Amino acid sequence: MFATFILALRQAGLPVSLTEYLTLLGAMKARVAAYDLDDFYYLSRAALVKDERHLDRFDRIFGEVFRGLERPPGAPEGEIPEEWLRLVAEKVLTPEEMARIEALGGFEALMETLRRRLAEQEGRHQGGSKWIGTGGTSPFGAYGYNPEGVRIGQDGSRHRRAVKVWDRREFRDLDDDVEIGTRNMKIALRRLRRFAREGAATELDMPGTIRSTAHNAGTLDLRLVPERRNAVKVLLLLDIGGSMDDHVRISSELFSAARSEFKHLVHFYFHNCPYERLWRSNRRRRDETVPTAEVLRTYGPDYKLVIVGDASMSPYEITQVGGSVEHWNEESGRAWLERLTGHFRRSAWLNPVPQDFWGHTRSIGMVGEIMEGRMFPLTLRGLDDMARELVR
Amino acid sequence: MAAFRSTERYIASRDLEVAVNAAIALQRPLLVKGEPGTGKTVLAHEVARSLGYRLIDWHIKSTTKAQHGLYEYDAVARLRDGQLGDPRVHDIANYIVRGKLWEAFESPDPVVVLIDEVDKADIEFPNDLLLELDRMQFHVYETRQTVVAKRRPIVIITSNNEKELPDAFLRRCFFHYIRFPDRETMERIVQAHYPDLRKDLVREALNVFFQIREVPGLKKKPATSELLDWLKLLMVEDLPPEALRAKEGKLIIPPLYGALLKNEQDVHLFERLAFLSRRAGA
Repeated sequence: MFATFILALRQAGLPVSLTEYLTLLGAMKARVAAYDLDDFYYLSRAALVKDERHLDRFDRIFGEVFRGLERPPGAPEGEIPEEWLRLVAEKVLTPEEMARIEALGGFEALMETLRRRLAEQEGRHQGGSKWIGTGGTSPFGAYGYNPEGVRIGQDGSRHRRAVKVWDRREFRDLDDDVEIGTRNMKIALRRLRRFAREGAATELDMPGTIRSTAHNAGTLDLRLVPERRNAVKVLLLLDIGGSMDDHVRISSELFSAARSEFKHLVHFYFHNCPYERLWRSNRRRRDETVPTAEVLRTYGPDYKLVIVGDASMSPYEITQVGGSVEHWNEESGRAWLERLTGHFRRSAWLNPVPQDFWGHTRSIGMVGEIMEGRMFPLTLRGLDDMARELVR
Repeated sequence: MAAFRSTERYIASRDLEVAVNAAIALQRPLLVKGEPGTGKTVLAHEVARSLGYRLIDWHIKSTTKAQHGLYEYDAVARLRDGQLGDPRVHDIANYIVRGKLWEAFESPDPVVVLIDEVDKADIEFPNDLLLELDRMQFHVYETRQTVVAKRRPIVIITSNNEKELPDAFLRRCFFHYIRFPDRETMERIVQAHYPDLRKDLVREALNVFFQIREVPGLKKKPATSELLDWLKLLMVEDLPPEALRAKEGKLIIPPLYGALLKNEQDVHLFERLAFLSRRAGA
């Protein structure tokens, strides 16, 4: 019945399964939402979406699939037809450009401009077409292409109440590709937790006691076990300075999230690419460095290595002896990276640069190759994938 | 079919009503998430009230095991009785302690089961309840009996998102995310709780409240429950609405702000901002 809808959702990456589809159909049959598009929207949302991070995507797909379902015959006037915008967009922008704009999420500013201009235009009540023709190609182009932008002109428009609910897209903040805060990071990092019983035996082991008491024919035999603790160990290497300045906020968020989440967390800093020396504190990096070899000796292979850096540098800094921008390195960055990944059983690279840009910088590809593809974007999804990779 | 609607005490948005009714109609669990203080737990109480069902409240802690909800075998008591020669020791059923879910399954009347803060428990907790919540039955190994629900209870599960729930568990639930209410809804909620509160006081209080929520960088934004507590305090202190009025949209430190800001850092941040705003205006 709604197979197209389900397929569209799956295509957009929402984990919708047959079970959920049948649930939805069952609820429809039980008349939970009868003859009302709003109710149907709520019902399908409750049945198909299981994570608030997916709500925004769901709203978008719902809007696309059921667009125009309840548009009254006298469609709103005075608004710019979206086909028109789209045409303009397709004329002006190449598909690559559109994809890029969409991926970058730079629409907030555009939206603001558009809203302002729309207001202006409404106020003057004169040739909307002219205005678009001259001023607005680029912003509108972007706009017309974006499924969200098309409808902004109708924001609060009195005629399409039914469509409004999902068009408002109130759950945008929760989409996991976009926003990331310490709390969310902690949740993502929690996947890494591994409980193990270590240390002194302080807890009464009830099943063990009963078993051994039974073995002793009823004479009490107390058994103790150590308490369960999070035993995962993480070694964090953070790129600092230079091109990383743009990503300071997100890196420090990650750092604080990691620090509160793991008991065994060790961190070091490096610049661009780890070489033979790392340092603990940035203030004293000139005089207090730690040889990387010592780090390798100190922390066993059971530590999980997480490198955070944008991996954006000159390729020479990776491949060449003496390629570092700061000092003369006897061995190439590549050699050190391979030594690190070889020593630690599980390692991953987190990159704060948006994934769509990775193709533009050669060194990112090179580092990704050295990491054998274990490079993840510093988004919630990326953290999640990384955690999965690290616990495998 | 029983249907759930907003009551005079609990204002539910339309989407929440639909989600609850879907869960009732298909007898599936309803998973509710949302900011703390937006009425997740209260929802279960209100559903039970409005349907006239009994509520069984199972509060989850970090040490709770799925088994606790079904039954527990009190081995220590049996061991003690065995050593004292108590005749009860011969029947193992004497030492089976029933859990909340057993209680719900055995109940002849329909009940609402609230599994509160499911994310507090161990990561495996939801997985261990899959079959029990799906079939509404479980097997008691010690007495070799199977407990089957006489009437499938309405199960409402709340989560604060501290842990991710497994997919297999989510597949079996309806899901609803309680959004923070907008101003209009908030007025109705306040109205529902304190019908005789003065209109102008509510207006000023909501102004202050939403202003505080918009302060960037707050660690814990005040939510509905904080607002209601605060209003109650204002009523008790009998403060006039003028005390809450800010001059020309400036930030003021509201009286009794301790009810709204629960975090020391937030209080500091807020005081600093209010100070700056006062100075800028002077």
